[in-house]
Amino acid sequence: MSTVLQDPQTVAETPNYLNAEYGWRSWLFTKDHKRIAILYIISITVMFFLGGIFAGLIRVELLTPQGDLVNSDTYNKFFTMHGIIMVFFFLIPSIPATLGNFFVPMMIGAKDLAFPRINLLSWYIYIAGAIFALAAVVMGGVDTGWTFYTPFSSTFSNTFVITAACGVFIAGFSSILTGLNFIVTIHKMRAPGMTWGRLPLFVWANYATSLIQVLGTPVVAITLALVGLERAFHIGIFDPAIGGDPILFQHMFWFYSHPAVYIMILPGMGVMSELVSCFSRKAVFGYPFVAASSIGIAVIGFLVWGHHMFVTGMSMYASLYFSLLSFLVAVPSAIKIFNWTATMFRGSISYATPMLYAFGFIGLFTIGGLTGLFLATLAVDVHVTDTYFVVAHFHYVMVGGMVLAYMGGLHFWWPKMTGKMYPEGWAKFAALLVFAGFNLTFFPQFIAGYLGQPRRYHAYAPEFQVYNVLSTAGATILGLGYIIPFIYFVWSLKYGAPAGNNPWKAKGLEWETTSPPPTYNFETTPIVTEEAYAYATHKKEEHVG
Amino acid sequence: MHSAPSVRTLVLVWLTLTIMTIVTFEVSKIEMGEWNIVVALLIAFFKMMLVILIFMNVRSESPLTKLFVGAGFFWMVLLLGQVAIDYISRSWMPEGKMW
Amino acid sequence: MEQQFDSATLGMWVFLLTEIMFFGGMFCAYMIYRNMYPAAFASTSKHMEPFWGATNTLVLIVSSLTMALAVRAARLGQQKALQILLLLTIFFGLCFLGVKGVEYHQHWVDKNVPLIAGHWDYSNSEEFPNQAQYAKQAQILFCFYFFMTGFHALHMVVGVALMLTIFFMARRGKFNASYFTPVEISGLYWHFVDIVWIFLFPLLYLIGRTKEMM
Repeated sequence: MSTVLQDPQTVAETPNYLNAEYGWRSWLFTKDHKRIAILYIISITVMFFLGGIFAGLIRVELLTPQGDLVNSDTYNKFFTMHGIIMVFFFLIPSIPATLGNFFVPMMIGAKDLAFPRINLLSWYIYIAGAIFALAAVVMGGVDTGWTFYTPFSSTFSNTFVITAACGVFIAGFSSILTGLNFIVTIHKMRAPGMTWGRLPLFVWANYATSLIQVLGTPVVAITLALVGLERAFHIGIFDPAIGGDPILFQHMFWFYSHPAVYIMILPGMGVMSELVSCFSRKAVFGYPFVAASSIGIAVIGFLVWGHHMFVTGMSMYASLYFSLLSFLVAVPSAIKIFNWTATMFRGSISYATPMLYAFGFIGLFTIGGLTGLFLATLAVDVHVTDTYFVVAHFHYVMVGGMVLAYMGGLHFWWPKMTGKMYPEGWAKFAALLVFAGFNLTFFPQFIAGYLGQPRRYHAYAPEFQVYNVLSTAGATILGLGYIIPFIYFVWSLKYGAPAGNNPWKAKGLEWETTSPPPTYNFETTPIVTEEAYAYATHKKEEHVG
Repeated sequence: MHSAPSVRTLVLVWLTLTIMTIVTFEVSKIEMGEWNIVVALLIAFFKMMLVILIFMNVRSESPLTKLFVGAGFFWMVLLLGQVAIDYISRSWMPEGKMW
Repeated sequence: MEQQFDSATLGMWVFLLTEIMFFGGMFCAYMIYRNMYPAAFASTSKHMEPFWGATNTLVLIVSSLTMALAVRAARLGQQKALQILLLLTIFFGLCFLGVKGVEYHQHWVDKNVPLIAGHWDYSNSEEFPNQAQYAKQAQILFCFYFFMTGFHALHMVVGVALMLTIFFMARRGKFNASYFTPVEISGLYWHFVDIVWIFLFPLLYLIGRTKEMM
């Protein structure tokens, strides 16, 4: 602890979870969900920048039509590592393990999660998985694509497939344990008066995400285990030459990996409900519908995976089934967008940085979601599958949606987690850079893909170059938009203005504690008497704190 | 907390499970074509329900627990069923083979 | 305390949900392949010994009985009965693993182990002269037999270790009528592993026994 007394806040610093104990042991053996959340924030940020480096390498190669920077094998490794790291080691844990870990217990009025030690174990398992993934990178990489399609991954690839698959397998258990913890916590540890109907929608979203994590992840675990066993023993499970069926791999892989994309968006939608309500000073419109749509997405999300397999040789009748259901799964997502928009209508909008990210989400997720419908349409998908159209679609939902939501949530809750404010001017600037850079990166990809540029190729026909150059330029701006917040967040830890307990005058139990909160969250168990988002409208603002 | 099943109930269930194991063993020796697997799985399903409801005491558990148990099996059905619709419907196409 | 009991029980059920999906994935792949290669499947099922499978099924069922009785004893605070029943459960679990070991050894001797060079020879057997043509497909199905029973046996080993831990906790007097949560949730795990076997037994040992190999 600093003994310099010039900074007034350190003199009057109240006991909180950050200064309760010091030393590396107090962090690495902590049971406090808030400290575990911080551990996760650091870990996933490292993985994010690593995945971003691979993205940068991809974009540099694609500046020119020829494959001149690297050869195709190396390029295959770039997009594989980018995908594996971003999907399994950044997006899947992101909001649940960071903001969810920190705020779900607080939002329901609990002292911690149901199983604090399992929470810590979950982080250690994540780190173990990350070590395997990093080992695969360092030893020479994997080139199968993050989708590990067989028989290439099981028989023909000469790269470190088993190592990478081990990393993903292990990280899967981290995800399962987090989901298990959330489900039990939300069922059993709500404070008196915190009924299901009063839960913040962020909690509903994390609950739905946890259901997916628990029900889907084991299937990809066993699938990757089979790939590893096949690779080691040449059995023939997925090798057609010996009687295996590669389509079966895809069925089992996508049974998880499609719901996984809902793991990668639902928590972001939860954050959106918090941001939109706070910065419109209005309760979320249609609360029951937004809550139910989270569960709806989780359930229907398990009925649509075949849309990744329309051109693989799957039966046409199965394709029809999956196509129809893929249209259906868009409905609950659309319901949320409409409800957030209705929340803003006649609200008192303020343009703080978190709200800028929320605006970005609404526009970009809508575009991403609508283009998903293009892809769900059988006839159109035959044309655009495996092109940059698909790449643009999923980056619009995952980056334009989830990453923006994560940034918005980080900014929203940063003052609560750290007791410090980030610099608002720089934050707004970075948010605009992210928005502009993102669109410049990925919108041209829709066009290039529609015109025929295939994905996962290190070279392309010269007529696509202009789109690729625009895309790479956008990626540079986008990267800057990520680096700037990293810098000012770190800066704010020491030099940021003290935040106060509720700088946004937001509703929610987490805002009724100090910033940063005390280790046990609440002095006494809160008793909940009001509905969620009880923002006063047309009345004087209540004094909070 | 929750009511425990009596010793009598537990032993009766055990006897039933044992008898059903013997039954399924003997029935498997009779050639019934496609019905062999149906009968065997039905018997297994019934044994499983006994273990779940009595040995694992789910019949006196909360509705929430029952929901979770049901969800588990429902989700496995989702996996097996939706994969199967691909393979089964392949034979509906002119050159398709079922499996 | 009640909340902790409820939380622990719900937590174990959620964990068992993940186990259902884990084994479910294997059942799914197995289901596809045995329907794809019915003749090869019929040939492999003739290499299983239903007697051992049935014995193991009965062993596991009685272990579930002793487990359920153990949980009951814990609820009622009957320390001695609890310890004896836990020991019996462990004993039956070890019997199961022993029988499995005997079976695996037999497969090894019969050269029905596809993963290990020198122990997979499906070509010549006077008993089943037509089976060589199914060797490649039978390899897949035999692998599934070993994976599924292997993962199940692994879960049994974990179960036995868990029961040993519970037994030693009981010996130290950790449980009474108002606290027996670990016994309860370990019991749930044990019964689940039994249920997996209840399905593995007919699928792997009994179906296809009567089929002719073409």
